[in-house]
Amino acid sequence: MRSALAALALTVSAAQAEIIDPARAAALERLVRQDCGACHGMTLKGGLGRALTPQALAGADPEGLSAIVLDGVPGTAMPPWRGLLSETEARWIAAYLLKGEAP
Amino acid sequence: MIRLIAALLLALAAFSVRAEEPRATGALGVIVERATGSLVVIDWRARAALGRVEGLGDLSHASVVFSPDQRFAYVFGRDGGLTKVDILDRVIVARVMQAGNAIGGAISDDGRLVAVSNYEPGGVRVFDADTLAPVADMPTGSKTIGLVDAPGRRFVFSLWDAGETWIADLSGPTPQITRIAGIGANPYDALITGDGRTYIAGLFGEDGLTMLDLWETPPRPRRVLAGYGRGAAPLPVYKMPHLEGWALAGDRFALPAVGRHEVLWADARSFAEVGRTAVHGQPVFAVARPGGRQVWVNFAHPLNDTVQVIDAPSGAVIHTLTPGPAVLHMEFTPRGAEVWVSVRDADRVDVYDAATFEKLAEIAARAPSGIFFTARAHRMGL
Repeated sequence: MRSALAALALTVSAAQAEIIDPARAAALERLVRQDCGACHGMTLKGGLGRALTPQALAGADPEGLSAIVLDGVPGTAMPPWRGLLSETEARWIAAYLLKGEAP
Repeated sequence: MIRLIAALLLALAAFSVRAEEPRATGALGVIVERATGSLVVIDWRARAALGRVEGLGDLSHASVVFSPDQRFAYVFGRDGGLTKVDILDRVIVARVMQAGNAIGGAISDDGRLVAVSNYEPGGVRVFDADTLAPVADMPTGSKTIGLVDAPGRRFVFSLWDAGETWIADLSGPTPQITRIAGIGANPYDALITGDGRTYIAGLFGEDGLTMLDLWETPPRPRRVLAGYGRGAAPLPVYKMPHLEGWALAGDRFALPAVGRHEVLWADARSFAEVGRTAVHGQPVFAVARPGGRQVWVNFAHPLNDTVQVIDAPSGAVIHTLTPGPAVLHMEFTPRGAEVWVSVRDADRVDVYDAATFEKLAEIAARAPSGIFFTARAHRMGL
C-alpha cells in the first residue's frame, strides 16, 4: 500500500512536472525567438545555425530534438542547454519547434 | 506702398527660409528595432528620438553603415534585405532582397559600393551605393562572415566553413580576388583596425585568432593568442562574440575570449598576450571608448543584464552596471563622452556619461539591438 501510494505520488509529481505554466511558456518562447535566434534567426529560418522551422524539421523525432537542446551537438557551435533548461522545458521547445507555435 | 510690399516680401522670404532650415546629420544615428523591422532615428546631442522608419524586414542581427555625406543609412537585414534609408526625411529610398540569409555589410572607402555578406547562398554581393543596382557577385560556397572595407576599394571577408579569408579588389572593372587559406577552424567574425592595415579573425573552432597584415602582398596568416584556453574545455557558448574596429585601446587590443569569462589583451604591435581580465560572463562586445582609456564589455545569455567597464592600462574592472535584461549593444558618441546601451527586453536604450557612469537619459525603443551613429561614415571598418 505504501509503495503504491509512493508510486502514485511519483506519477502525480511527474505529471505536474510536465506542465509548463503560461508565464514560463512565454519566457521559453522568448528564449527560442531571441536567444536560439541569435544563431538560428529570430524567425528560425537559419543563420550560422540551421533552419528550425516546422518545414525544415519535418519528420524529426521530438525526443531527439530535445536531446540536442539539452546536450548540444559536439564539434559544432550548438551548445548544451542542460543546466539552463529542464528536460520538460527542452521537450516543450522541441514541440514548439515542430509545431511552429506554443504546443 | 512699394516700400511696404518690399518689407512684406522680405519678411515672407525670411519666414520661408526659417521654415526650411537645413538640418545636419553629424550628431544623428539609428537604433535597430530587431523584432519589428524598424529603425528609430535619434539625435545623440539632444539625447532624443526624432522618428521611426518601418518596413525593413527581419532585422534580427541587423547592422548599418552610412553614406559619406551621413544622410543615408544602409541597413543589412537577416532575411537578405538591403535597404537604403534617408535618415533626414526618414523614408526608404531603395530596397533589394539580395539573398536568403545575410549577416552584415560594408561600404567601400570611396562611398560608391555597398557589399553584403551572406550565409545563404554563401558569398558576398556588391551593389551600387546610389541605386542598389547589382555590381558584383562573389560566391564562396561557405557561410561568409567578418566582412569589412579596406583601403583601395577593397572588401575583406572570411569563410566560416572553409577557414579562408578573401580579399576582393574592386578598383578595376572586375573583382580581383586573393584567397588566403589556413585562417583556422570556423572564423566567426573579424575586424579591421582603424588604419585599414590589420585584419583580425576570431576563431570558434580553436583557441586563438588569426591576423593578416594587409600591407603584405599577399598577407600571410599569423595565429595570435593561440591556445589561450590553456587546454581547459570552453564553456557552452550561447551567443557568438562580436569583433569590431573599436577593439584597440591605447597600445593593446581588447578581445573577447570564446567560451570563457575573460577579456584577452594583445600588444598592438607584437600581438603577444599582455594580460587577461576576468569578467562577469562570456564577453560579446569589448568596445574601447574613443581614446582607448576604458573598454566596455557586455555578455552572453544568461548573464546579459550586466555591463562592465575595464581600465585599459591596468586591466582592472573599475565599474559594473546592470542596465537590465538583455543588453545587446553599446555605441559611444564620436569622441567618447557618452555611451548608448540597448536593453532589448526592457524596450529601452540608456544613455550614460562615460566618465561618471551616471545615467543621463532613457530612449524608448522596441526590442532595440544595434545602435549606429553617423560618425561611423568616416571610419574604416565600421
